[in-house]
Amino acid sequence: MSWLSPVIVASLIAMLQALVILLVAVLLGAVMTVVERRLLGLWQDRYGPNRVGPFGSLQLIADMIKIFFKEDWIPPFADRTLFVLAPAIAMASLLLSFMIIPITPDWGVADLNIGLLFFFAMAGINVYAVLFGGWSSGNKYALIGAMRASAQTLSYEVFMGLALMGVVAMTGSFNMRDIVNAQQGLWFVIPQFFGFCTFLIAGIAVTHRHPFDQPEAEQELADGYHIEYSSMKFGMFFIGEYVGMVLVSALIVTLFFGGWHGPLLPPVVWFALKVAAFLVLFVLLRAALPRPRYDRVMSFGWKFCLPLTLINLLVTGAVILIADPM
Amino acid sequence: MSVATFSPDSTIADDSIVDALKQRFGDQAVLEQSTLTGMLVLWVSREILTEALSLLRDMPEPFEMLYDLSAIDERLRANRHGLPDSAFTVFYQLMSIRRNRDVMLKVALHEDDLTLPTSVSLYPNANWYEREVWDMFGIDFRGHPHLARLLMPPTWNGHPLRKDHGARATEFDPYTLTVEGQDIEQEALRFKPEDWGMQREQGDTEFMFLNLGPNHPSAHGAFRIVLQLDGEEIIDCVPDIGYHHRGAEKMGERQSWHSYIPYTDRVDYTGGVMNNFPYILAVEKLAGIQVTERAQTIRIMMAELFRISSHLLFLGTYLQDLGAMSPVFYTFTDRQKAYEVIEAITGFRMHPAWFRIGGVAQDLPRGWDRLMQGFVDWMPARLREYERSMMENAIVRERTRHIAAYTTREALAWGVTGPNLRATGCDFDLRKQRPYSGYEQFDFEVPLGGNGDAFDRGQLRIEEMRQSLRIIQQCIDHMPAGDYKADHPLTTPPPRERMLQHIETLITHFLQVSWGPVLKPNESQQMIEATKGINSYYLTSDGNTMSYRTRIRTPSFPHLQQIPSVMRGGFVPDLIAHLGSIDFVMADVDR
Repeated sequence: MSWLSPVIVASLIAMLQALVILLVAVLLGAVMTVVERRLLGLWQDRYGPNRVGPFGSLQLIADMIKIFFKEDWIPPFADRTLFVLAPAIAMASLLLSFMIIPITPDWGVADLNIGLLFFFAMAGINVYAVLFGGWSSGNKYALIGAMRASAQTLSYEVFMGLALMGVVAMTGSFNMRDIVNAQQGLWFVIPQFFGFCTFLIAGIAVTHRHPFDQPEAEQELADGYHIEYSSMKFGMFFIGEYVGMVLVSALIVTLFFGGWHGPLLPPVVWFALKVAAFLVLFVLLRAALPRPRYDRVMSFGWKFCLPLTLINLLVTGAVILIADPM
Repeated sequence: MSVATFSPDSTIADDSIVDALKQRFGDQAVLEQSTLTGMLVLWVSREILTEALSLLRDMPEPFEMLYDLSAIDERLRANRHGLPDSAFTVFYQLMSIRRNRDVMLKVALHEDDLTLPTSVSLYPNANWYEREVWDMFGIDFRGHPHLARLLMPPTWNGHPLRKDHGARATEFDPYTLTVEGQDIEQEALRFKPEDWGMQREQGDTEFMFLNLGPNHPSAHGAFRIVLQLDGEEIIDCVPDIGYHHRGAEKMGERQSWHSYIPYTDRVDYTGGVMNNFPYILAVEKLAGIQVTERAQTIRIMMAELFRISSHLLFLGTYLQDLGAMSPVFYTFTDRQKAYEVIEAITGFRMHPAWFRIGGVAQDLPRGWDRLMQGFVDWMPARLREYERSMMENAIVRERTRHIAAYTTREALAWGVTGPNLRATGCDFDLRKQRPYSGYEQFDFEVPLGGNGDAFDRGQLRIEEMRQSLRIIQQCIDHMPAGDYKADHPLTTPPPRERMLQHIETLITHFLQVSWGPVLKPNESQQMIEATKGINSYYLTSDGNTMSYRTRIRTPSFPHLQQIPSVMRGGFVPDLIAHLGSIDFVMADVDR
C-alpha cells in the first residue's frame, strides 16, 4: 500500500480527530440540555425530566424526535434568506471555534498560531446570527432582543479580548498549545485572576446565558430573537447556546486552568473534568441569580469590567518588564 | 389616625358631612337613605354631583379616595319606598382615611336621559369605573376622555348588567364564529394610537408600539398592555382588560344567596375562602345573623392561611419576573404544605367555598391543630431564607428599589389599597381600622413600607406572612369551643341535627336547601382586607331568594388602572418588575 504515505496517514488521523471533536461538541451540547434540566430539578426540589428511559436518560432522544418532526414554519412576514441563514451561523461559528482548542497533547484540530484571535473572530460572527434572526423574523420582540444582543455582545467583546491579553503577554503567543504549556508550573488563574473573572463574565455574556440572557429574557421579551423559530431551526439556536457554553468552558480551562495538565489521571480525563465543572457552574448561575436590568449590564461592562481589564493588562505588562527587562 | 370602632348597624349620628352638603346646596338637595352598609348613603341630583364630589374631596379631612363607582338597574326593583324615582342609579363611594369612614352618593337617572358629567378630573381612577358603567349599563359620561367598552369585546351589542339583557347562554342564539367574524373581532382589537391621543412619531423619533399580552409570560393571566416605546423607554402605555371577564356580578342576580358562594371563590382565585368572607359577612348583615365566636375564629384562621398561600404565590412569581427562576419552586413547596392543611379541613384545595351563611360548612376535623401547628412551625425559617437569598440580593434590590414608586397621596387618588398602599407608609389595614369577625381580639402588627417602590411591596408581604402566622398561632392556642354555625332561622343550610326533630325545622330546612333563604329588602356592604387589597361586596336585596344587584369591588382593578401613571419614563424590565410587584390576578380585575 504505497499510497499510504505518512502524510496521508497523518491527515487521515487529523480528519478523524476533527470529526470526533465535532461530534463530541455537538453531542455534549445536546446532552447539556438534559443535564441542565436535571440539575435545575435537583436544586429546585423537584425531579426534572425522569420519565423517558432509566432516570430520564433517554429524554434527549425524545426531544430530538419531537424537534425534528415539528412543523418547520417560516412566518410569511419573515425575510426568508436571512431567517434560514441565522441558525446556521449560530451553530457553525461556535462549532468552528472548537478547532483551536487543544484537548490533550496529541488531540486538537488545528494548531493555529493566531488561535485566540480566531476565536474572537468567530464570536464576532456569532452576533450576526442573533441579529439576522431577530431582524428577519419581523417580530418586535425579536427585534428588541436582537438589538440587545448586538449591543451587549459588542460591549462585552471589547473587554473579553483585553481580559485575555494578560495571558497572551505572559505566554508571548496567541497559540493555544503554547498557552497550555506555559501553565505547567502555575495555572494562569492565579497570576491572571482578574483576567479570569472578567473573561468568565464576558463568556457568559457572549453565550447569552443567564444572568446575561438579555436577548432572550423570557419574562420581558418572551424568548426574544428566536421567538418565531420552530423545529430544527429553533433547535440549532438552542443547541448552539449549549455548544457555546461548552466552548467557553473549554476556553476557560485551556487559558486559565492548565488545560489537560493534572496529576495521575490521563490528560483527556483532566480536561473533561475541568470542563464539566464549569458547565455545572453555568447551570448553577442560572438557578441562583435574578436578571439585572439591561442598561445595568451595559454600564457594568463599560464602567467596571473594561477599566478592570485595562488595569490588569497594565500591571501584567509592568510585572513582565520588571521581571525580565530585555 | 382615629381608630373608631366601625358599627355597621347603628345609624351615623354625627353629620358634619350632611350639614356641609345641605349648607351648600340647600336642605332639599340631599336625601339620606338608611341602609345596612354602615356608611352614609346620600341621594343627590345630577346637577350638583360634580360640586358635591369636589366639596367632599377638598373638605378638611377629605374623602381622598374614590373607592367604588358603579350603577344599579332599578327598573325591576319592587321595594324602594321613599327613594327618588330612578331607572338607573349610579353610586359613588368615597373613602376618607383620616376620618376612617365612607360616604356614598347616589344619583338617579331616567331612561330617556342616561347621561352624567364625568368625574375623571376629580378622581383619576373614575376613568375605568365610568367606562365599566358605560359598558355594563349604557350610561354616558359627558366629557370622559375615552368612553369605550372596558370588559366586554368592542363588538358587543347591548349592556349586560341591564335587567333586560340575557344572563345565560340559553337565552341567546347558539354562538358561531366564522372566518370573517374572526377577522372582524381581530381588527376591532387592533390598537390604534390615534384613538388614545398618542403620536406615532415625534421629531426624528418614530415610536414602536409593542403589544404585550394578552398572552405573555409576565402578564399574570390574560392581561394586555400596549406600550409606546422609544428604544426600550416607555413613553406611555395603555392597559387593556376584559379577557378574563365572566360576568360574576350578573351571575349574582341569578343564583340564590347560598349557591353564589362558590362563584366568589373564583374572583381572586388565589384567595380561596378569603373571597367568601366579604360576601358572607354582607349577607349576614342583611339576614341579621350573629355568628358564634368559634365560627368567627375558624374564618379568620382559614382566611389568614389563604393570605399566606396567596403571598407565597406572589413572592415566587415576583422574583421570577425579576429573572430568578428558582424561588417559585420553593414557595410552591410551601404552598403545598398549606394546601395539605386546607384540604384536611375543607376537603378542597384552591376553591373550598367553605364559608356558609351563618358559619362554616363543617366543624374542624380532629387533629386540625397538629396539622396547622406543623405549617406554622415550618414557615418562619423559609421566610428568613427568602429574605436572605433574594430580598438581600444586590440584583433584586437594584431591579426594584425606586422602581415604580408612588406616594400615599398618589396611591389614594388612584384607589390603591392593601399592601400596595401600606408600602407607601400609609397605616390603613381594615383588620385594625375597621375590625370585622373579631380581628380586634388578635395581637398582630401592620407592617409598613417607606418608599412605595417595587421592593417595599415585596418585602412588606413577607412581613405580612409573619403576622398572619402570628394570628394563626393565636387561633390554634385559643380556638373557642361552641357551634360552628349560628342558631338562626336563616343559617344556610340549617344545622342538620335540628331538622330531624320537628316538622317546622324540617320544612325550613327543605325550603332553604331547595329555594334558598329569603332576605329582607335592604342594602348592605362589607369590606375586608383581602390578599391583594380591599375587597367588598355591596349587596342589594329586593326581598327575594337571590340578590337584586351584587357589586364586587376588587382591589386589582384600580391597581392595574394606575400602571401608566407610574410607568412613564421607565424601561420595559421595570414594567415587568412592577407587574410582578402589584400582585394581581386577572379574575380579580375582570370579575
